[in-house]
Amino acid sequence: MMKTLTAPPSPYSSATIRSSIERHTLSVLVDNEPGVLARVVGLFSGRGYNIESLTVAEVAHEAQLSRITIVTSGTPEIIEQIRHQLERLVPIHAVKDLTLTVRAIERELAMIKVRGKGENRVEAMNLAEAFRAKVIDATVESFIFELTGAPQKIDDFVSLMRPIGLVEVSRTGVAAISRGQEPI
Amino acid sequence: MARHMTGAEMVVEALKDQGVEFVFGYPGGAVLPIYDAIFHQDNVRHILVRHEQGAAHAAEGYARSSGKVGVLLVTSGPGATNAITGLTDAMMDSIPLVCITGQVPTHLIGSDAFQECDTTGITRNCTKHNYLVRRIEDLPRILHEAFYIASAGRPGPVVVDIPKDVQFASGAYAVQKNIQHKTYHPQLKGDLERVRHAIEMMAAAKKPIFYTGGGVINSGPNASALLRELVRASGFPITSTLMGLGAYPASDTQWLGMLGMHGSFEANNAMHDCDLMICVGARFDDRITGRLDAFSPRSKKIHIDIDPSSINKNVKVDLGIVGDCAHVLEDMVRLWRTGSHRADQAALAKWWGAIDGWRARKSFGFRNSDKIIKPQHAVKRLYELTRGHDVYITTEVGQHQMWAAQHFAFEEPNRWMTSGGLGTMGYGLPAAVGVQLAHPKSLVIDIAGEASILMNMQEMSTAAQYRLPVKIFILNNQYMGMVRQWQELLHGGRYSESYTDSLPDFVKLAEAYGAHGIRCSDPTRLDGAIKEMIDTPKAVIFDCLVDQKENCFPMIPSGKAHNEMIMAELEDDAGIELENVIDEKGKMLV
Ligand SMILES: Cc1ncc(C[n+]2csc(CCOP(=O)(O)OP(=O)(O)O)c2C)c(N)n1
Ligand SMILES: [Mg+2]
Repeated sequence: MMKTLTAPPSPYSSATIRSSIERHTLSVLVDNEPGVLARVVGLFSGRGYNIESLTVAEVAHEAQLSRITIVTSGTPEIIEQIRHQLERLVPIHAVKDLTLTVRAIERELAMIKVRGKGENRVEAMNLAEAFRAKVIDATVESFIFELTGAPQKIDDFVSLMRPIGLVEVSRTGVAAISRGQEPI
Repeated sequence: MARHMTGAEMVVEALKDQGVEFVFGYPGGAVLPIYDAIFHQDNVRHILVRHEQGAAHAAEGYARSSGKVGVLLVTSGPGATNAITGLTDAMMDSIPLVCITGQVPTHLIGSDAFQECDTTGITRNCTKHNYLVRRIEDLPRILHEAFYIASAGRPGPVVVDIPKDVQFASGAYAVQKNIQHKTYHPQLKGDLERVRHAIEMMAAAKKPIFYTGGGVINSGPNASALLRELVRASGFPITSTLMGLGAYPASDTQWLGMLGMHGSFEANNAMHDCDLMICVGARFDDRITGRLDAFSPRSKKIHIDIDPSSINKNVKVDLGIVGDCAHVLEDMVRLWRTGSHRADQAALAKWWGAIDGWRARKSFGFRNSDKIIKPQHAVKRLYELTRGHDVYITTEVGQHQMWAAQHFAFEEPNRWMTSGGLGTMGYGLPAAVGVQLAHPKSLVIDIAGEASILMNMQEMSTAAQYRLPVKIFILNNQYMGMVRQWQELLHGGRYSESYTDSLPDFVKLAEAYGAHGIRCSDPTRLDGAIKEMIDTPKAVIFDCLVDQKENCFPMIPSGKAHNEMIMAELEDDAGIELENVIDEKGKMLV
C-alpha cells in the first residue's frame, strides 16, 4: 500500500519472492506485567523486523491490560509472521492487524517548537490555524504547537515549519483503534 | 488445602506435586535455601551435575526420552549464564524444561550485586517464557504455571527466577491442578473443514510424500502410532527430519530415510518431484529445504503444526492446519478410512517406481576397508550388534551425528536424542546421563566425536557418582570433521584450526573417571570391542579410531536444491573435488 520496494533477500533463496513492502499498524493487547514490552521489542529486534513507531499505555487498570500499538513495515508474508510471532508470546491476549480491517482510526500527538520573528511568526501562526494546531507555549521569538492527527498530517505540518524555523519535534507515535462497536 | 511453608519449600513441594523424579542441578549462594529444602525430603532426587550446561542437556535428555518435563536448578549469575546454551538448545528443539534459577534478594536487584545477572533479561529470547518472582504470594501459581507453559502447545524451556528473600519468605501453598491460564491456550484440534480438504488433496495426489518432524515425537507416542496408520493406509512414501527419526519405523518399506542436507537421495528427490507434500510437525528449516526458490517447485503443500507461526514462515503452503499432530492425525485417519478414500493406485505405483530408481543409488553407501575403520561402518556395526537391546542413542554434533542418523535405524519414537536446531557440541554426554536416569535398565549410547565430547567431558563424573552405565562411542578422526569437510568445500582445504592436537588418552581418561576404556583401530576387532562395551556393566568410553579423511555424503551443498546432491560415488580415493561445488552466494550460508 505504501512504497513498492523489494524485500531484503533471504540468504537461502537466490531469486526472492518479489512482493512489496507495506506499512501496517498492529494493535496488541497485553498483560501489564514487568518485561512485557521488552518481550515485544526483543521479538522485533531479534527477528529483524522494523518498528516505525510504538506506543504503550495501560488501558484497563483493574484487568491490568495494556495496549501496544506498533507501526511496522514488511511484505505481507512478514507482517503475517510478525502477527503470529506476537501471538506466541505468553502474556499476549490479542493481536489485531488494524490495517487489514480498513476501518481503523490512527492518531498521533506532536509538540513542535518553532523559532521565528516578524513575517515568519505570522506565517507560522497562519499555518497552525489551517492545521488546527494549538499554541501551548510562546515567547517573543518562539512557539510550541500541539497538533493531533494522522501521522501524515503531522509530517506535512513539520515540513512546512522547517523553512520557517523548526527547532525540534516530540511525537507520541501512533495510537490506533478500530471503528464500530467491536473490541479487538 | 493450603499449607504454610517457605518459598524454598514451595519449590520442592511443587516439583513433587508435578511428579518430578529428578532435578539436575548445581548449588550456589542464591539457591541455598532450596538446597536445604531438598535435603529435608526424598520425593525429588537431586542429580549433581558438574556444569550447569550439563544440567540443561541432562534435563533435555530426560525429557526427550520420557516425554515428561525436564527440570534443572541453578544458582544466580554464573549458574544461570552457564545454563543458557542448554536453554537455547531446548528452545530450538521444542523440549519442555523448567529451569529454576536463584537470584539476589529483591532489594539488591539492579545494584550489580555479587553474582547478580539479569536472568530474565538474558533468557527472554531463549525461553518460551520466563518469570521473576517478586512476591511469595505469586510463587505457587508461577511454579505450576511454568510446567503448564513448558509442556502445553509447542513445548519449550521456562525459567523461574527466584530471589533469595522470596525463598526465605513464607506463605500459603496449595496444589494447583488444571491450570486455567489467562492467555495461553494452544489450539489442539485442527479445523475439520481443513482436515477434510487435506484428505481430498491426498486422494487426488499422484506423487505424494509425508514429510514429518520432531512435532510428531513431541505430540506423544499416540501421534507416532496414528502417523503409522495413516501412512500405511495411504501407501504414501514418508521421510522425516533429523528431529523426527523414530516416529516411523526405519525398517518399513515406505520409509525413505531422513531428508535434508545429509539426507538420502530418494528422500530429497521425492521431496523435489512430489506433487503433494504433507508436512506433519516439521518447520521447513534451511537444513531441510536447501535453496528455497527451488524447493519442491511443483507441489501443493499441507502443513500441520501446533505453532501457527511455523506455517508460512519459510515456505508458503497451500493448506495450513493449526493443531496438535496426534489430534489432527486422528481426524485424518478417521476421514481417510470412513470416506473410503483411496490413493490413485496407478499413479502411486509409477511414483514408487521413480522412488525405487533413486533408492537404487544407495546414497548412504560408502567404500569399506579392511585396514582402517570407516566411521559409517562403525555406526552400522554398533547398530547391528545392539539390535536385541533396549537402546537409546544420543549424539554430539558433527559428521558422526550425521552418520548416526544415516546408519542407525530407529523403530520407535523417543529413542533418538540429538541437538538439531542449535547443533550444540557437548550435548550428547549430559543428555545420555538424563536418558539413563529415565531408563536405568536400558543401553544408552552417546555416539560422539572426539572434539565434541571434550566440551562436557566433566559429566563423566556425574555418570560415575550415580553409577550410570552410559556408553560413549567416539568416532575419533582427530579432526573437527564437519569443519574440515566445509573447509574442503569452501576454503581450498586449508584446515585452519580444525585438527585437534594433544587429545587426551581416552582410555586413561575413562579410567580416571572410574569407567572402562576401550580403544579399537582394527576393523577385524571392531565387533569384539563393541560387544565388550555392551557387556560392560558400567560406563564406557570407547575410542574408535576411524578414517581421518572420510567425508559425510550425500550432501546438498549450501545454496543448492534437493536434486543437486553430491554423492559419495563421485569420490575417488584421492578425495572428491569439493572446491567448486558451492557458488559465491552459497558461501555466505552456514
Ligand atoms: C558449541 C559448538 N561450537 C562449535 C560448533 C561448530 N562445529 C560443528 S561440527 C564441529 C566439529 C565437531 O567435531 P567432532 O566432535 O570431532 O565431530 P566430527 O565432525 O569429527 O565427527 C564444530 C566445531 C558447534 N556445532 N557447537
Ligand atoms: Mg572428529
